[in-house]
Amino acid sequence: MAEIGWMVAGGFLGAISRYVMVAFVSARWPTKLPLGTLLVNLIGSFLLGWITGGGLSEQMAFFLGTGFMGAFTTFSTFKLESVNLFRRGHGKTGILYMGLTYFLGIGAVWLGYGVGM
Amino acid sequence: MTYVLVGIAGVIGTLLRYVLGLCVQQSVPPTSFPVGTLTVNLLGCFALGWISQWVMGKSRISPSIRTSISTGLIGSFTTFSTFSAETVQLFRQGLWGNGIGYAGLSMIGGLCLVWMGTAVADRRRERA
Repeated sequence: MAEIGWMVAGGFLGAISRYVMVAFVSARWPTKLPLGTLLVNLIGSFLLGWITGGGLSEQMAFFLGTGFMGAFTTFSTFKLESVNLFRRGHGKTGILYMGLTYFLGIGAVWLGYGVGM
Repeated sequence: MTYVLVGIAGVIGTLLRYVLGLCVQQSVPPTSFPVGTLTVNLLGCFALGWISQWVMGKSRISPSIRTSISTGLIGSFTTFSTFSAETVQLFRQGLWGNGIGYAGLSMIGGLCLVWMGTAVADRRRERA
């Protein structure tokens, strides 16, 4: 049961952190490309790689992995934003957004893993 | 106030992700392919596509409730970090085919399901 408590705490903080960070970034740097979501997904991927590489206790895996990083990063918003870019005729930005998210996201995990080892 | 609502919705999304992901992964024969996360992410894409289109016609729903559902609940239900970490894990194990298949299914499937979600909401609105 304890793992649920850790996930609840992580999910709560992760969701709020994403909300705050996306709002801050989009207000500060308004761009067609959804920079806020891109940044949370890259930072979250790097940190998840890092903590996984470092080895985690079960509690911390639930708190930081499934809870915080799981909620801090998002797949659905990323996809909706991509579809919206295509729908509004910004196909090039859409492809750039998807390419950056996938390539840098996977690279960020790899980098984080190497740093954490 | 919106912060707290987003946080609470985020908790619900996180728990649903955990439970559904585990159930799906355990319902198939043991495999290194992350079907649990894939299912969660694709389902979330459909839900977000549907909701984002559906609420456009519902001005009575307050902005903080909208944000809690889309950003909080569905945003936390789906996850990018687990997806990218699982892809790297497959690559590190030398399962290149599985890794590329997983990334490809998520990439194409996610786009299709967001689009399907919006299309379903549009059709319902036209009928109403």
